[in-house]
Amino acid sequence: MNVTTPPSEGIGASVRRREDLRFLSGRGQYTDDLNRPGQLHAWILRSPHAHARIGGIDTAAAAAMPGVRAIYTAAHIEAAGLGGVPCGWQVTGKGGKVMAEPMHPVLASGKVRHVGDPVAVVVAETRSQARDAAEAIAVSYTPLPALPTMAAALAPGAALLHDDAPGNVCFDWEIGDAAATDAAFAAAYKVVRFETTNNRLVPNAMEPRAAIGDYDPNSGEHTLYTTSQNPHVIRLLMGAFVLKVPEHRLRVVAPDVGGGFGSKIYHYAEEAIVTWAAAQLKRPVKWTCERSEAFVSDAHGRDHVTRAELALDAEGRFLGLRVETLANMGAYLSTFAPAVPTYLSATLLAGCYTTPAIHGQVKAVFTSTVPVDAYRGAGRPETTYLLERLVDVAAREMGMDRVEIRRKNFIRPDQFPYQTPVALQYDSGDYEATLREALRVARYDSFEQRRAEAKARGRLRGIGISTYLEACGIAPSKLVGQLGARAGLYEVANIRVHPTGSVSVFTGTHSHGQGHETTFAQLVSEQLGVPLSQVEVVHGDTGKIPFGMGTYGSRSLAVGGSAMVKAMDKIIAKGRKIAAHLLEASVEDIEFSNGQFRVAGTDRAKAFAEISMAAYVPHNYPIEEIEPGLEETAFYDPKNFTYPGGCHICEVEIDPETGETEVVNFTACDDVGRVINPMIVEGQIQGGLAQGIGQALIENTVYDSEGQLLSASFADYAMPRAAQIPAFDVSTSTTLCTHNPLGVKGCGEVGAIGSPPAVINAVVDALRDYGVTHVEMPATPQKIWSIIHSKGGAALPAAAE
Amino acid sequence: MYDFAYHKPTSVADAVKLLAEDPDARPISGGMTLLPALKHRLNMPSALIDLSGIAELRGIRREGDALVIGAMVKHFEIATDPQIMAAIPALSRMAATIGDTQVRNRGTIGGSLANNDPAADYPAAALALGATLITDRRQIPADAFFVGMFTTAMEPGELLVGVSFPIPEKAGYAKLRNPASRYSMTGVFVARGPKGVGVGVNGAAACAFRQKEMEAALAANWSPEAVAGIRQPADDLNSDIHGSAEYRANLVTVMAKRAVADAG
Ligand SMILES: Cc1cc2nc3c(=O)[nH]c(=O)nc-3n(C[C@H](O)[C@H](O)[C@H](O)COP(=O)(O)OP(=O)(O)OC[C@H]3O[C@@H](n4cnc5c(N)ncnc54)[C@H](O)[C@@H]3O)c2cc1C
Repeated sequence: MNVTTPPSEGIGASVRRREDLRFLSGRGQYTDDLNRPGQLHAWILRSPHAHARIGGIDTAAAAAMPGVRAIYTAAHIEAAGLGGVPCGWQVTGKGGKVMAEPMHPVLASGKVRHVGDPVAVVVAETRSQARDAAEAIAVSYTPLPALPTMAAALAPGAALLHDDAPGNVCFDWEIGDAAATDAAFAAAYKVVRFETTNNRLVPNAMEPRAAIGDYDPNSGEHTLYTTSQNPHVIRLLMGAFVLKVPEHRLRVVAPDVGGGFGSKIYHYAEEAIVTWAAAQLKRPVKWTCERSEAFVSDAHGRDHVTRAELALDAEGRFLGLRVETLANMGAYLSTFAPAVPTYLSATLLAGCYTTPAIHGQVKAVFTSTVPVDAYRGAGRPETTYLLERLVDVAAREMGMDRVEIRRKNFIRPDQFPYQTPVALQYDSGDYEATLREALRVARYDSFEQRRAEAKARGRLRGIGISTYLEACGIAPSKLVGQLGARAGLYEVANIRVHPTGSVSVFTGTHSHGQGHETTFAQLVSEQLGVPLSQVEVVHGDTGKIPFGMGTYGSRSLAVGGSAMVKAMDKIIAKGRKIAAHLLEASVEDIEFSNGQFRVAGTDRAKAFAEISMAAYVPHNYPIEEIEPGLEETAFYDPKNFTYPGGCHICEVEIDPETGETEVVNFTACDDVGRVINPMIVEGQIQGGLAQGIGQALIENTVYDSEGQLLSASFADYAMPRAAQIPAFDVSTSTTLCTHNPLGVKGCGEVGAIGSPPAVINAVVDALRDYGVTHVEMPATPQKIWSIIHSKGGAALPAAAE
Repeated sequence: MYDFAYHKPTSVADAVKLLAEDPDARPISGGMTLLPALKHRLNMPSALIDLSGIAELRGIRREGDALVIGAMVKHFEIATDPQIMAAIPALSRMAATIGDTQVRNRGTIGGSLANNDPAADYPAAALALGATLITDRRQIPADAFFVGMFTTAMEPGELLVGVSFPIPEKAGYAKLRNPASRYSMTGVFVARGPKGVGVGVNGAAACAFRQKEMEAALAANWSPEAVAGIRQPADDLNSDIHGSAEYRANLVTVMAKRAVADAG
């Protein structure tokens, strides 16, 4: 690494986020802020039923209403030959059986399969007119049995949501060695069992989804402005599979995006609808999601029901792990849904432990609910929660200390690279280091004093630990291809050095809260020795940027940043040739540091800007050998996942009279690899922790038996608020990633991944005098109160609520 | 929202006249309840009668042993007005816990009382303090005013003008918030004053109500312990995804204890 810029700007500096001025002063340009000349407005009529046959759709009255320009239903979509909304990952289950992949129509065809399923689209001069007309559309429905839970969908004789998904099963998949695991259990001193449901969450990004379709009849070019984390992926999925429009005729722009947490990865029907309708009507068409609409149309997260068994020897060493998970897919397969419970979840079942034999099984199930897909952490929070609760249950049943049992089973630093029994090979980590630091900061040793003091105040105090590991920076294209991904997972960077030495960085990743405009600029500024103010980061427009894969799974720096390093290496290599020419030295003798190309061991040097000027004004230039200009593109394909990990310690106090839980302390010590901007990393971790606390204590998605969403607004869906969030103690402890040029691992999701079990372990610890061994998420006041006050508490069965 | 006509009268008489002329017209005060309902198209009034131009509905004044608060007085004003803070500090503290800053700067006590949301804060205070609701045509004691979920004793077209709170010797309030909406899951307002002891409960049932067993116990012994053993029957209480009837019944006792402690 060349240390060339002031420490206040380069790698390791907490540079203030350059994007925040526009965000905080209300000058961000989000999709809904954009308006195209002559724009029409779309309103989507959605199903009020969980599962029903569509008899007929009468649009006559609606079509005659003021301002209405068009009404589209499945019939129009089918007549136009459009495809269904595609899934980006095909999982192959036991016995080589590929997953059931039912058609996901852009507009419901024949049947509706969840409340919120789009049925018709009205396009009108104003949004109100479109909505008025949508209310005048008469749809005749014949209700069919709702399948709001996996239990309902799997019940013998259950109605079929899709004719081509027998038993409502999408796939039945396994990983690991069943026989070896059986053998481990046969030799076990003790087997510990644990069952849990990972509660379903609604992502609730601050900015609701929006999309504007535009069409230029002269060029035949379609433009989609959309709230996306990955505009190229949308262009590929929508262009190739739904609209059948080639890339050069389809531009996708994702301007400022106000949060995604995964929910804006996916290609949604509304994007195809506005893009297609704009071409039909030769006018731009805009759609902006209402908040209540978002609850029934943004892909939800989590919703796994899992049974696990852990085999231990007499010393508390883990011998084997068996896990069976039911994963809710919702009504249709969203873009990455099949990968979440399998390759993003079950592959993490070793956690940070040396469990030698593991067998995991996942059955994915269709239900009459909103599609479920990746949500901050995507599969890793589910596995982390399972493991870290299971380890606590095991410690209790073994009569062991919770810290000791973890230490005994940690993968040690000298065991890397470490091959797990579930496919992954970890490159680096030091779980003892993060545990030790977190225990120190959390004052773990003096906890019992605080517990006694709280008891004197009538409050139940508990402490909980989670030592987690996760996988980011997805992942070698060849590997994911073998696992069923229908795309590569490299990233692109195009670095354009301008004549005066300023730099534009074009990245295929996308920032929707992560601060890329700052972090990436710091990286480039340091590598090229250019002041931060001379570096611009451009993302979010397929018209400007080579094909990239976007931002999710904490991959932007690990994969996108690595692509930048590769591109900058090419820039520097070319710069050395130009410098050698200008300085009349041999290329081998030119060193580059501090923004200077220098003849080694001399004071003869050319500044970066002199080289860029020479490249664009090539009067004195080795024109026979090298091309003019200074611009390079690199694609970086990751060599492995990266493996952040760490320790989260949560301390809670419970009010036994009301069951309310207060998080009083929260300590996180995370290993996210090299840190470029510590302030941004801390912000990312804090945000993740807030979401993790939300999942653990209050967030819950509830459907009734008819498949109606009960938690369908903020009046009933509880989001964490500032007042419920403690002053976090966040720190990092670094081991470098060994296989990417920056040594970075990723920090976007660790907060949400590591924290929920720390919170629940603390809640269970607080209730230890009541004989409580488990509390399901979310640990709401009423749930905790019922646990304390039912059956006198102590008589509770093990591992039950 | 659907289209509606908009009127901004400057007197109670004009507002009442407008309401009488059009049975589908609705008054709007802070709009913090009505506007979301309109935006969700749950309501379709023909006209909105904006009460914000009526001076008679503003103001806070002392009348003998009572404090009279105009219907258009905002939560924020109730939370910060020196007269209220001195006379009924528990009411100010209550107002400070309503919604968020934006809601408190728009929402009004009149709008809240007229709306009678089961989870709203003020109705419990009005019941416990023995308030009198003043409309354009009559005075209604709190006990007769709150008749059911989102319903009051007011007739169609009747306008709430203000509310008169007898000044108590002591009053206190405690609630547990619904984790999602942050409205009251169950709240209890206790007061001891010229009319005796009042215990008003919100959030627990379809309509705010008085807990008379607790009133008797507190009349005999004003202390948290006096109510600690009184169990609210769960039979008629609300049950939803956030709290069962049994849970709310428990909260009535717990919040009553805390309200008495809050009153001192
Ligand atoms: C985010 C949020 C959080 C909230 N949290 C709480 C909370 O914690 N506790 C709580 O108590 N409330 C809460 N509220 C409700 C808030 O207090 C409202 O302001 C209040 O309930 C209604 O008052 P308003 O002035 O806004 O009435 P409006 O919304 O204008 O009107 C409400 C209803 O009363 C009628 N009305 C209004 N004025 C009169 C009048 N003078 N005479 C007759 N009828 C009239 C209207 O026609 C309408 O039907 C919350 C609201 C929001 C949006």
